[in-house]
Amino acid sequence: MGFEVLLKGNNIIRLLEGLAVALKISMISVLISIVLGTACGVLMNMKIPVLKQLLRIYLEIVRIMPQMVLLFLVYFGATKAMGINLSAETASIIVFTFWGTAEMSDLVRGSLKAIPLIQYESSLSLGLSRFQMYLYIIIPQIIRRMIPLSINLITRMIKTTSLVMMIGIVEVLKVGQQIIEANRKTAPNAAFGVFLTIFILYFIACWPISCLSKYLEKKWEN
Amino acid sequence: MEEILRVNGLSKKYEDLTVLDQLSMSVRSGEVVVIVGPSGCGKSTLLRTLNALESIDGGEVVLEGEVINPGNKNLSRVREKVGMVFQSYELFPHKTVFQNLTLAPLKVMKADKKETEKEALALLERVGLSSKKNSYPRQLSGGQKQRVAIIRALMMHPELLLLDEITAALDPEMVKEVLDVVLSLAKEGRTMIIVTHELQFAKAVADRMIFIDGGRIIEEGPPKEFFEHPRTDRLKKFLHSFSYEE
Repeated sequence: MGFEVLLKGNNIIRLLEGLAVALKISMISVLISIVLGTACGVLMNMKIPVLKQLLRIYLEIVRIMPQMVLLFLVYFGATKAMGINLSAETASIIVFTFWGTAEMSDLVRGSLKAIPLIQYESSLSLGLSRFQMYLYIIIPQIIRRMIPLSINLITRMIKTTSLVMMIGIVEVLKVGQQIIEANRKTAPNAAFGVFLTIFILYFIACWPISCLSKYLEKKWEN
Repeated sequence: MEEILRVNGLSKKYEDLTVLDQLSMSVRSGEVVVIVGPSGCGKSTLLRTLNALESIDGGEVVLEGEVINPGNKNLSRVREKVGMVFQSYELFPHKTVFQNLTLAPLKVMKADKKETEKEALALLERVGLSSKKNSYPRQLSGGQKQRVAIIRALMMHPELLLLDEITAALDPEMVKEVLDVVLSLAKEGRTMIIVTHELQFAKAVADRMIFIDGGRIIEEGPPKEFFEHPRTDRLKKFLHSFSYEE
């Protein structure tokens, strides 16, 4: 089946290190995306005409363009055209953040919009200040709506990191390929075992996050 | 009795549409004023301006000597004196019934926690919802939600209570349980301004009726005269639209 090649040398450790690279890229991008995305989402909800249009165009671009094209554009395109020297990892974080910020801002915008006007009005008529209204009434409701959605985005980002091997980053999938290549002679059928192991590794990384999302959704059902 | 609220020449426009047209009225402490009128006549807008939820284009609203308008610096302090219950159920969905009741007193008035909780329990008892203390709004019926909304407003000890068509979105069989609460508040001597389409209820609860049409007060008076001997044609026509004759 090909599992035996994983036991050779430090292959398992290498695979895990590859997974760590993937997780690192996605986690850094997610954190920056949450901050920037929240800011953009709030801006989109304010009625500033030009800004709103710009943010819309940004969102559309991100949605239309495959992440791989963006990766190539930033890593190969920008480095050559502008003479900027980016490491592959930095380039991936830029691309993932660019993508994540757009998606996040749309989630924030949608969640803010879904809060009925009456929630604001009844808070105010109870004498709450604007600050108290956001703190106790609006933001808790937004977070409840957002967390399951943003967790979904996080798992999508982790999965999509498999693309970064295309710009030379040695992440888990690339390590897998290397192991298969190195053992081509002795274990020609290693691909199945190695890729299955990678599949399981991705699953182990994403599953707890999915579970957390389900748990929170259930907890906040009320 | 002393005057608690005075409205002087209040005007409000939405673009070209005049919603309130130089409307003046006053309310004395302990009085229950019921406002009726065709939809779009400006009655809900009037209530909303009394709580500074709407900007005004002319005139003024004075509550116990303090001018209310959305630019007011002490707005939230003024709003503490005015409780409002809306047509749509506006409980906070992420808080339990009990938390809905205690949030504003604790955060806005910095009230004593024990006292506030005791009061919340007493009010829940009064409207027959003690068992729903730890329920979330989505677990309540429309009528139950409105009863909670009413006592949530009472928790702030308002000088004036505004009720804006609070039964309009309810199923018919739930209307009475909510209006009974309002009736008991009236008996207690609460000052209230009520906008409603329930004319039977209006007759029972009102000290004074006001009929508004086109952003103006067309007719006002004690309920008996108002319903039995309307003076203006517009009010006659309005009241007639509610009656069914064979």
